[in-house]
Amino acid sequence: MTDQAYNFAYLDEQTKRMIRRAILKGLAVPGYQVPFASREMPMPYGWGTGGVQVTAACLTPEDVLKVIDQGADDTTNAVSIRKFFQRTAGVRVTESTGEASVIQTRHRIPEAPLREGQILVYQVPIPEPLRFLEPREAETRKMHELEEYGLMHVKLYEDIARHGEIATSYAYPVKVEGRYVMDPSPIPKFDNPKLGDCPAIQLFGAGREQRIYAVPPYTQVVSLDFDDHPFVASKAPHDCDLCGADESYLDEVIIDDAGGRMFVCSDTDFCAGRQAAGHRGRLSPAEVV
Amino acid sequence: MGVVEADMRAALDQPLLSVTGLTKRYGARIGCSDVSFDLFPGEVMGIVGESGSGKSTLLSCLAGHLVPDEGQVTYSGRDVLAMAETERRRLSRTEWAYVHQNPRDGLRMGVSAGGNVGERLMAVGARHYGEIRGAAADWLGRVEIAADRIDDRPSAFSGGMQQRLQIARNLVTGPRLVFMDEPTGGLDVSVQARLLDLLRGLVRDMGLSVIIVTHDLAVVRLLADRLMVMKGGRVVEQGLTDQVLDDPQDAYTQLLVSSVLQV
Repeated sequence: MTDQAYNFAYLDEQTKRMIRRAILKGLAVPGYQVPFASREMPMPYGWGTGGVQVTAACLTPEDVLKVIDQGADDTTNAVSIRKFFQRTAGVRVTESTGEASVIQTRHRIPEAPLREGQILVYQVPIPEPLRFLEPREAETRKMHELEEYGLMHVKLYEDIARHGEIATSYAYPVKVEGRYVMDPSPIPKFDNPKLGDCPAIQLFGAGREQRIYAVPPYTQVVSLDFDDHPFVASKAPHDCDLCGADESYLDEVIIDDAGGRMFVCSDTDFCAGRQAAGHRGRLSPAEVV
Repeated sequence: MGVVEADMRAALDQPLLSVTGLTKRYGARIGCSDVSFDLFPGEVMGIVGESGSGKSTLLSCLAGHLVPDEGQVTYSGRDVLAMAETERRRLSRTEWAYVHQNPRDGLRMGVSAGGNVGERLMAVGARHYGEIRGAAADWLGRVEIAADRIDDRPSAFSGGMQQRLQIARNLVTGPRLVFMDEPTGGLDVSVQARLLDLLRGLVRDMGLSVIIVTHDLAVVRLLADRLMVMKGGRVVEQGLTDQVLDDPQDAYTQLLVSSVLQV
């Protein structure tokens, strides 16, 4: 039920209009961080205030919304944001990636391939990929303007010098359409190859930092690397213990005090779908005959 | 004389950096006023003067860190002040180098020595880790930093090592023009001597043109071919280093030269 005290999807129309303009500009200049007047949202910073505002600006009453947090549909962040939009927008919600028209995500890209017409909204804590190397905002803007991205490789150089390989495993920097270097939000680098040439629209919202950026469909997105240390999309070298999938990104779960652990798909919808289709993993419960 | 040789001779006759009537004011106060000089390829020019005489202001204007109010700066026939910022920044990480007085200003303290040296290479497009590391190791050797310190951060280095690292970081892309702001400031005398020795060798081997700002007359005596003496933002005397130091004409220069403590 829509809570009648609020406008559709919580934000007032002028605010949504302002956010949509930022989104359109972001789509027109892929990877460029567009400043926008981020609003206070009824949830703390760090919980996805940027993503929520972008989702609110995109939603129509016909949309079907899916919200995931680290791939899961049933964690606090996902549940509370989903309930928020159920209450303020009255849109249909789903856990199925295929059914959803708008997917708000925290730190994952769903395993199931996305299609045209879908919108993937990322929650971004720190939109500036150069921030930890260059703390001055005026300077990083200048570096983006002049395409001075050598510093990004200094970070990768440090990784190899210290760990023998590029140890950055999430928020791995990418170059969009050969122009802007972009922080893909803290998704695992396993997901980086899915950013490029994706049929869906990808929008990134950073509420506290007041930035929106976007990757339009079928855009070239390249993960930065060295000629002699190429980018590798890594994952835990295991199969899912519940559905047996060997190509999905896995969470490691400690299950007892004796060092026991299991690996399960981080994408709960993907895993449940496979289990329903009869796939079994190492720790699946015994088949009921 | 061959044609190529004649061309080279002609190139050497052209000033690398030409400055005319450079003036920088801080409100009503004068930073530096009406400074003009030419710097030729391979030449080392010293700028001396007391604190507040406008040396560093002049250097910052030349390197593009400050925008002068009047005057012209021409580098290799190109007007530096009219240049687009993109081009000037590209110059400043390829053909120019700037050695800060405090190595902490010129180094990235959170990045290893190898990364510090490699940054300029990566900034101009080097994308091969092995080659970048090789160049970094080579340059650390040239500034006498042990090869096993390549992965240490500059914060673990002594002051003299930090300064040498800063020099390596600046020279790795083979610049033609180096700006140095008090490169030996804050170092003890024996470390200073080694650093000067190193600098003199590098300047000669690489054929660098250098503008070196200092208040230490011994430094210019060792390094500089020509000397410019500044006071209150104006140039009071300039000429060959030995000539200016041995036979100072201006009253202020005489005072400066006679103020040096004799040991």
